[in-house]
Amino acid sequence: MKNAKLQKWSGKLIVRVVLLLFTAVVLLPIIWTFYTSFKTSSEFLTNAWALPAGLHWDNYKNALEKGNMLAYFWNSAYITLIALVFVVFLAVPTAYVTSRFPFRFSKGLSILFMAGLFVSQNYIVIPIFLSLNKIQNFLNQYVMFQHLEITNNLTVLALIYAVCELPFTIYLLTGFFRTIPHDYEDAAQIDGCGYFGTLFRIIVPMAKPAMITVIMFNFMSFWNEYIMATTILKEQKWTLPVGLANLMEQQKFATDWGAMFAGMVLVMIPTMILYSLVQNKLTEGISMGGLKG
Amino acid sequence: MLSAVKAKDGKPRALRSRKKQRAGFIAVCTVPTVILFTVFMLLPTADVFYMSLFRMSSLSLNKEFIGLQNFQILFRDEKFWQAFRNNLFFIVFVTAVTMTVSLFFAGLLAQTELIEKPFYRTVFFFPNVLSLVVIGVLFVQIYDPTMGILTSTLKTIHSEGLIHAWLGEKSTVRWCISAAMIWQAVGYYMVMYMAGMDGIPKDLYEVANIEGMGKFRQFFSITLPLMWEIIRVTIVFFIISTINMSFVFVKVMTPTGGPSGQAEVLLTYMYKQAFTNSNFGYAMAVGVFVFLFSFVLAIISNRLTAKEVIEY
Repeated sequence: MKNAKLQKWSGKLIVRVVLLLFTAVVLLPIIWTFYTSFKTSSEFLTNAWALPAGLHWDNYKNALEKGNMLAYFWNSAYITLIALVFVVFLAVPTAYVTSRFPFRFSKGLSILFMAGLFVSQNYIVIPIFLSLNKIQNFLNQYVMFQHLEITNNLTVLALIYAVCELPFTIYLLTGFFRTIPHDYEDAAQIDGCGYFGTLFRIIVPMAKPAMITVIMFNFMSFWNEYIMATTILKEQKWTLPVGLANLMEQQKFATDWGAMFAGMVLVMIPTMILYSLVQNKLTEGISMGGLKG
Repeated sequence: MLSAVKAKDGKPRALRSRKKQRAGFIAVCTVPTVILFTVFMLLPTADVFYMSLFRMSSLSLNKEFIGLQNFQILFRDEKFWQAFRNNLFFIVFVTAVTMTVSLFFAGLLAQTELIEKPFYRTVFFFPNVLSLVVIGVLFVQIYDPTMGILTSTLKTIHSEGLIHAWLGEKSTVRWCISAAMIWQAVGYYMVMYMAGMDGIPKDLYEVANIEGMGKFRQFFSITLPLMWEIIRVTIVFFIISTINMSFVFVKVMTPTGGPSGQAEVLLTYMYKQAFTNSNFGYAMAVGVFVFLFSFVLAIISNRLTAKEVIEY
């Protein structure tokens, strides 16, 4: 009996060692980034693992001011928020109608949005970029549109972000809406609740878990998006990932490692805060069947 | 249902207006979405195919219809084939390692009831929420010859012989980029596989334990077969996401496509043709190829892995 217990205990110990090794593989690079962001330029030339002598906050000042990361932070926040509003207000009504109101085109619409799952932002970015330029050139011919800039416009890009995430969002919400019993809507209608009232006061609150999943996944993809932003936006409008990639390019010539590490930390922190708040829901969302790339 | 019946009994007019209301509601809910979806997704996708049939020399967009000529040039383009081979390398290698490692960890966590299980799940999943750009930049620093931790570690343990220029050498660049990709993906698939394993009834393992079946045998003859459907889905998913992810990683980690194009992938090649050479038609031919290639690959792998679903 005792022997079996010992065996089980030692088995668990081996498993723990293996798991802790991988924990180190995941965490050490991140911990390293954090403390390295406080090193002075000369400290960068000594042993890479060494801790900094003190907290060199100037790196952060350089990243925020010279690297312009503060402005990029606000651009990222703006584009993420606006895109979230767009995606929710476009996807929720559409998913609701296609999943619960059989009409002539409802099947066709579902198939159309499903097909969108196979389209990647990475190649449609080129036609979108060219079309935006074409429209801009057209608009520039008219005095009244002189100040209207659509090629380098955060709101336009937010709309494109939202549309690119529509297929996935509608897919996830449709699956959820189907599981709500029809009785709720019937009751609401007898009580004199209109269609919109039913949707926003009855269905949306009931779909809270699905809404949270959708908002989390979309937040991540909007906040982290790079290819579209780097193609469509110009320097003052850049988002954090574009700014960080640029900080790395600059670093090659200016060798300001400190600012670049500080920049990395600045990009990581908001995601880390969000992750600590929602990580349980996030992993649950994946188990729920949310495949996402 | 109830309200419809009521209306039919007494007030046919109310029924008609109700019908109108319904149609109006459906229209308000779907029309804006369909329009925007068409403008920003369907038309650009059609445009990818359409543009691939043209020679477009610059941003001024003088275009000339040339049929399938772009594709003819493409299939004789040695650089394109190199990018294709590199992409295959990433698909095969990254998929194989990520899948093995994530299945291994998911199996470990499912079979041993450790109290700190949520901790590992949280930590392993974390890289997945970071921006691919941050991960790319982070790994460039790790591989840095002067201040990177990889070279520094090898020096500390006196293995100078193993030191390479990592991202600057033909023989190492693809492995180094793969490592970053695996680092970011393992946790995600692990969480997904864990969810699948939680769905397997515990008594199957209890019976296996009583029969004296070892943990490894249990993994291969119970866990894997019962999870086959989930694994199949993830393989298709791996293929598509590796094609897309390798784009960002290569673009950030080796903007030039690595030493002698050793890390160039299909999408970075497409992007370069478009924005460095202003060769938009040709770039879209690469885009069409990527689209069809991922589609065909997904279908093939789906067929190859098809097996009868085991009910339990």
